[in-house]
Amino acid sequence: MSKIPLQFRHNGRDVAIFVDGGTNLLVALRELIGDMTPKFGCGQGGCGTCSVLIDGELHLSCLTLAETVAGRAVETLDGMKQGPNLHPLQRAFADNFAAQCGYCTPGMLMAAKALLDRNPSPSRDEVIEAISGNICRCTGYEPIINAILAAAGGRVSA
Amino acid sequence: MTRHRGRGMASINYPIGMNLGGDPSQALVHSNPSGKFTVALSSIDLGQGMKSVTRQICAETLGVPVEDVYVDTADSDTGPHCMGSFASRGTHRVGNAVMAAAREARGVMMEAAAEELEVNAADLDTDGRGNIHVKGAPHRSISTKDVAIAAQFKQGKTISGRGIFLVPLSEVNPETGEMSPATCYAHACLVAEVEVDDETGEVAMVRMDSAYELGRALNPRLVEQQLVGGAWMGVSHALYETPEPYYPEPVHGPRDFVEYLMPGPGDICPHDIAVLERPAPDGPYGAKGPGEMCANPVLPAVANAIFNAVGVRIDDLPITPEKVLRAIKAQGGARPQARR
Repeated sequence: MSKIPLQFRHNGRDVAIFVDGGTNLLVALRELIGDMTPKFGCGQGGCGTCSVLIDGELHLSCLTLAETVAGRAVETLDGMKQGPNLHPLQRAFADNFAAQCGYCTPGMLMAAKALLDRNPSPSRDEVIEAISGNICRCTGYEPIINAILAAAGGRVSA
Repeated sequence: MTRHRGRGMASINYPIGMNLGGDPSQALVHSNPSGKFTVALSSIDLGQGMKSVTRQICAETLGVPVEDVYVDTADSDTGPHCMGSFASRGTHRVGNAVMAAAREARGVMMEAAAEELEVNAADLDTDGRGNIHVKGAPHRSISTKDVAIAAQFKQGKTISGRGIFLVPLSEVNPETGEMSPATCYAHACLVAEVEVDDETGEVAMVRMDSAYELGRALNPRLVEQQLVGGAWMGVSHALYETPEPYYPEPVHGPRDFVEYLMPGPGDICPHDIAVLERPAPDGPYGAKGPGEMCANPVLPAVANAIFNAVGVRIDDLPITPEKVLRAIKAQGGARPQARR
């Protein structure tokens, strides 16, 4: 199979790589670009930890063909912090003890960002719906829901 | 179709650690010339917070700020032996080993400081902010950094300590079968309220109320985090999870996270938790440990709540809608029990 040249924006930066046809975006990001923040969980869309934003919309990178992001903007957790400062969502996750083993956290944060970008003051039910494609084994979800609501309400430490 | 509410409770007595070969863990503590301390362990922190708790224990025992302690762990090449992270033993066993190591390191640190201040080590105390001073004369003080530098470059001493925690192996008494598998026990009581749909057999969690007695909570936020999350692991075992749903017939087994059921964010319910602190005499600063216990009372409480709701006793986990429906059918319909 021949290599396909692929260009897209990765966290605000133009990148150009060659991918094999059929390569999924998760593999392209992790192995070809070196961005390890999207995690490999199940590889079949069941767990949500590989979630990224494509043109601001939430997608499962393990189920996205890399070549479909040509010319588009891909955002991962790696691009979330603002300079040396954590994004308010990241801060809220830390304040609310919303991570234990941390494996679901990248996907949870991306799902939360997708929600807050389009709905800055969601209800609790809207938060639950927004992260319902993401599995967390440790926290029981409660601290994650509270963290997202805290970030939305501006209740985050400096 | 009716949805029946039911309430069930369970109380547990949970042993901390186990009794295999005394269940030992080791720790090494040493200072760096910067006056900061490194704790070397091989114990694993898989998110439960052992790194934070051992850091606190070490700092408290040494008498230095918690920021001055770094915990290097999870590698058996660089840390001394640990039996592992299981049986809720981390805080208790590893914490005790860290405490012993830090106590020995503190002894050397105080000796080194005594030499610099030209006093007796017994007359010295730490202020917990990185200084060592003569008791009653806080102006006669030296920073732990200067002590570390003096020990390293002038006195030729290592400020270090070794620690191990070992419970004497308890043999079974052949006459009575008696033994002491653990040295301390934590306790919990949990009340679960569920709603059982007698048409689909589905069980929904309505709320949980629990009380946990786990010695001293060394890091209350981590304890709470563990209890909140662990309860859902318990619900998951009670209602959803199994790798072999039709054991011993494996063909219909789950193959992935889509088929292997776990609770999602939409399944959770309010959970009110009370933490009772009764310090354990042999725990580090009185700690026992929440550990696995946070999941355990949930399973019997949920099973009891289902019985209370529809009158069926399911003694096979997980309590799937299929099992509930079959049991309801076998007894000729739902039989809600008296609500307590």
